[in-house]
Amino acid sequence: MQLPIPPDSVETDRTFSRGFEDTYVIHPSFPDEMMAPDGSLRPHWQTFVSTLDAFGQKELAQRWDHARRLIHENGVTHNVYGDPNGLDRPWSLDFVPLLILPDQWAAVSEGLTQRARLLDRLLSDLYGPAETVFNGLLPPELLWANPGFLRPCQGIKLPQDRWLHLYAADLVRTDDEQYAVLSDRTQAPSGAGYSLENRIVLSRTLPSVFRKCNVQRLAPFFVSLRKTMASLAPANHENPRIVLLTPGPYNETYFEHSFMARYLGYSLVQGNDLTVRDNTVYMKTLGGLQRVDVIMRRVDDDFCDPLELFAESYLGVPGLMQAIRRGNVAVSNPLGSGILQAPGFLPFLPGLCRHLLGEELKLPSVQTWWCGQRDALGYVLEHLQEMVIKSAYPTRGEDPTFCQNLTRDQLGEVANKIKVRPGQYVAQKQIMSCTTPSLIDEQIRPRRFVVRSYLVADGDSYSMMNGGLTRITQSTDSLIVSLQRGSYSKDTWVLSDEPVSPVTLLPPSGQPVSLSRGGSDLPSRIAEDLFWLGRYVERTESLARLARATIARLIDQSGIETDHAVRTMASAYGGTSYRSVGPEFGRKFTEEVLGDTYGGGLLGSVTWVHRLARILRDTVSNDAWRILQQIHRNVSTFKITPTRPVLGVPELLDGLILTLASFVGLSADSMTRGQAWRFLDMGRRSERVISVAHLLKETMVAPGADPVLLEAILEIADSSLTYRRRYLTQVEAHAIADLLLADETNPRAVIFQLDIIGQHLAALPRDTDHPDRHHDQRLLLKLSTLIHLADMIDLCAVPAESRRDGLDVLLSGILDQIGLLSEAIARQYFSHAVVSREIGVIREEHSE
Amino acid sequence: MKFEIKHSTRYKYTELIPLSHNMVLLRARENRMQTCLHHELLVLPTPAVMSTGIDYFGNHVAWFSLQEPHKELRIASRSEVQIIPVDEPDLLHSAPWELVRDTLIAAPNRQTLAARQFTFESHYVPRLAELAEYARDSFAPRRPLLQCVLDLTERMYTDFKFLPGCTAVGTPVAEVFVTRKGVCQDFAHLQIACLRSLGLAARYVSGYIVTHPPPGQQRLDGSDASHAWLSVFEPQLGWVDFDPTNGVMPSTGHITIAWGRDYNDVGPAKGILIGGRHHLLDVAVDVVPMAD
Repeated sequence: MQLPIPPDSVETDRTFSRGFEDTYVIHPSFPDEMMAPDGSLRPHWQTFVSTLDAFGQKELAQRWDHARRLIHENGVTHNVYGDPNGLDRPWSLDFVPLLILPDQWAAVSEGLTQRARLLDRLLSDLYGPAETVFNGLLPPELLWANPGFLRPCQGIKLPQDRWLHLYAADLVRTDDEQYAVLSDRTQAPSGAGYSLENRIVLSRTLPSVFRKCNVQRLAPFFVSLRKTMASLAPANHENPRIVLLTPGPYNETYFEHSFMARYLGYSLVQGNDLTVRDNTVYMKTLGGLQRVDVIMRRVDDDFCDPLELFAESYLGVPGLMQAIRRGNVAVSNPLGSGILQAPGFLPFLPGLCRHLLGEELKLPSVQTWWCGQRDALGYVLEHLQEMVIKSAYPTRGEDPTFCQNLTRDQLGEVANKIKVRPGQYVAQKQIMSCTTPSLIDEQIRPRRFVVRSYLVADGDSYSMMNGGLTRITQSTDSLIVSLQRGSYSKDTWVLSDEPVSPVTLLPPSGQPVSLSRGGSDLPSRIAEDLFWLGRYVERTESLARLARATIARLIDQSGIETDHAVRTMASAYGGTSYRSVGPEFGRKFTEEVLGDTYGGGLLGSVTWVHRLARILRDTVSNDAWRILQQIHRNVSTFKITPTRPVLGVPELLDGLILTLASFVGLSADSMTRGQAWRFLDMGRRSERVISVAHLLKETMVAPGADPVLLEAILEIADSSLTYRRRYLTQVEAHAIADLLLADETNPRAVIFQLDIIGQHLAALPRDTDHPDRHHDQRLLLKLSTLIHLADMIDLCAVPAESRRDGLDVLLSGILDQIGLLSEAIARQYFSHAVVSREIGVIREEHSE
Repeated sequence: MKFEIKHSTRYKYTELIPLSHNMVLLRARENRMQTCLHHELLVLPTPAVMSTGIDYFGNHVAWFSLQEPHKELRIASRSEVQIIPVDEPDLLHSAPWELVRDTLIAAPNRQTLAARQFTFESHYVPRLAELAEYARDSFAPRRPLLQCVLDLTERMYTDFKFLPGCTAVGTPVAEVFVTRKGVCQDFAHLQIACLRSLGLAARYVSGYIVTHPPPGQQRLDGSDASHAWLSVFEPQLGWVDFDPTNGVMPSTGHITIAWGRDYNDVGPAKGILIGGRHHLLDVAVDVVPMAD
């Protein structure tokens, strides 16, 4: 395998002539996946390495580049908590996969299938009679002092008594080359979507390598997942409505939630998109409430119902517990299943397996001691230096303590901490794990790794994904694998002895994923977010046009007096009023437009576009998403040159306006004319009404609108050509007002926007019981009439040096009415979304 | 002895609430000291759905949802409870407290093992060294458990001041321990925390207390209140109640509604309102003796 290096240093092609063995150096104390201790390649890596070698270095470098671009363009991101720049950190994929032999994997698969069955039975017992505690197989503390034990879930009857649908295990390969389980994920395992995304990227980057290596496919796992989710539906077995419940865009794995929702064909919802009525869960959509049959959750179980579980949660669905108890909805994994993520259970699994399944545990856990037992505590304290100390119950943000390199004093502190509350800690034997080759900073280096593998309930048993998410440590010596800390992930290739036939749930590559929500099942929250996306896209465009026209006149060299126009336009831009065009003007204005001190400026608007696009990640097409990403990137990374403040600004604004046009064109072209598109478009149209009325109000009401300013108005409103075609030369205020307000054939005119909003409103579903169901349409009519009745000549013909008060009244009226219309649309269509954002808690206390 | 208990709660909202989900624990448990002869729960406006069930601790729960816009919610419960006088446990013959503590760990039988879960920390009850310290004065070596607990109950009654309004449900017991004032809920939590800090099993009991008007006066309507105390586990005698707010062992004047690890498990009413947060609460409780 060659060492890929940056493309511009290709000519110094020395490494290309050297063999792979020269560049990869394994760690002397750990076995390596690819290289035997004698430095020879292990046989199952040969195909991979030789196929890669055949590419040559230049080709490989190009491919890695392509892969990076794919990740970026698909918007594969991972949010990192507590890092101001941590949102949307690009996914870190190491391009060398982990290769696993079929028979190795078969053993792991058999072991994990048994383990999933065991954990399923254990959950059923803990939330049922708890015989394992009463029989002494499990210390009572692990159940009753476990914060993950949700008492309201006790006694719930689940269909087929199945308590674990989706299960993941973190595996390490120990130095005796055996896999062992480091921890269990029974709550809402994350990463299956990322492993699929890794596979998509890598198989598109190295298609021939992928084919030659006979890599087993991931898709069958997702086919089973879909089948199992559907089978959970208590009703509507033919066509169950399944939703994926996410905590929202600020969750670390939000990308994965939206990716999985799209891939599996489920609606992505947040807690307040759902409501419980008649002990049944419904999704709030424009067409009304739609019954939900299955909730695949990515919200932790104790956050799922503020009524009965954690009361301060805003992520859940009040009343959900009762809906579950009544058997009206299935939640996967069932609420309460998070309890088994506590590492404290690990030492007791062999005994529990014998008792619950009558079998010996096939796949061992990494050796673990729960310090709540006297003997275990004694052993741990005696061998502290060999141990990794962890909380017995999962707590966010608490790092394991690796005792190996601690000083005597530090060890004493750890021992004291454990002795005070022994039941709170487990100790795990420090493992000497294998390494695997990884491409780090253009070099192939050995790294230790953890494989997360996924199982899904399938009939009476479980099926396992033939692959998984492999994460590697940051350095060979590092022991922590945490994507929160910037570790890399890898694709995991489970090899097969024979060629593998392809299975996929994906549409053919290259086809843009466009909006799939037709009908009336668009969630109200999404409709609202689309409406605002439309508004901010349009606001961004109008601000960019205004700024561009201003700056163009500022740097105009023709000698025509432009000061009045520049001052007026700059003042119309935002809150700042400019009295003169002095030497500081360029810097001040550029900062207002592109600096981050003004929340309402272009940067603020672009930031909103970006934020909404994130939330709507599963609703907008991939291409549209890329465009919006690019807009944000261009504007937010622009640096103002202090000495020449307007340098590069006109080009940036030109590019921005073009990119926005392509977003609009793309959404017009690729979005079906369903409700999603209507809301996006209504948002744009309403904002355009506002920006045109605002522009005229700021420029033409005050006296002194000279021809330079009037020309600029036409340019900003993108109507210069239309005007010229009608009026040839003379720029007259009343003609401009007519063209921009009342001309039904001008696509930039206010009246034109109102007509289209009217068409949208007529096509949207209406709540027939609503007493004031046509309020929005009445407001629209009023607004149109206002414009139709206005006499533009009369309004604009005033003596020089006088204000156009009549025009002012008309424009203020338009701005007021469009505000009311926007509110009416919100009330009519988004109200349940808005209202439900307020949740109150009542609580009666014992007072005597 | 028979009592009629009326507990009515009124919530008023400043805006229309389109949807609310509620759960209440208002029906008295049955045990060897009391029988619930009758219970009715009236909710206005009439809920769209109402159901009843038993929670993890065996308490009676009623769940109901209001699905029409409402500005007011009334919950009225009326019960008739028969109190069965039982002999006071012989304090001197309870087991030495250290033995009780060790028996809970050894857990020789199911009942003792089940009591074990009331030895752990819970939402409002931490185990703290300073509380164990405070309790120790009542827990001389080999002293019978119930004697120790009664002594602690009486000390708390003297050391702490009953002062409504100075604490809220979230006030930590460590703070109550320092300020030495609070209401029944705080004292129950504090004494439970003392007992658990010593390794004993203690649970929180919610219910009502019978009050007597000053001699020669009529009792005032709605003047009673919900009350909270605690119960401690003794392997031979089972669970025995203590009331630190009044410094006594309850006999026939306490009516038990529910129990759990702390208030969080057994609050009388909980609700989630969608679409608003402002509410005014008005509670009236009457516990009136009835003719048998």
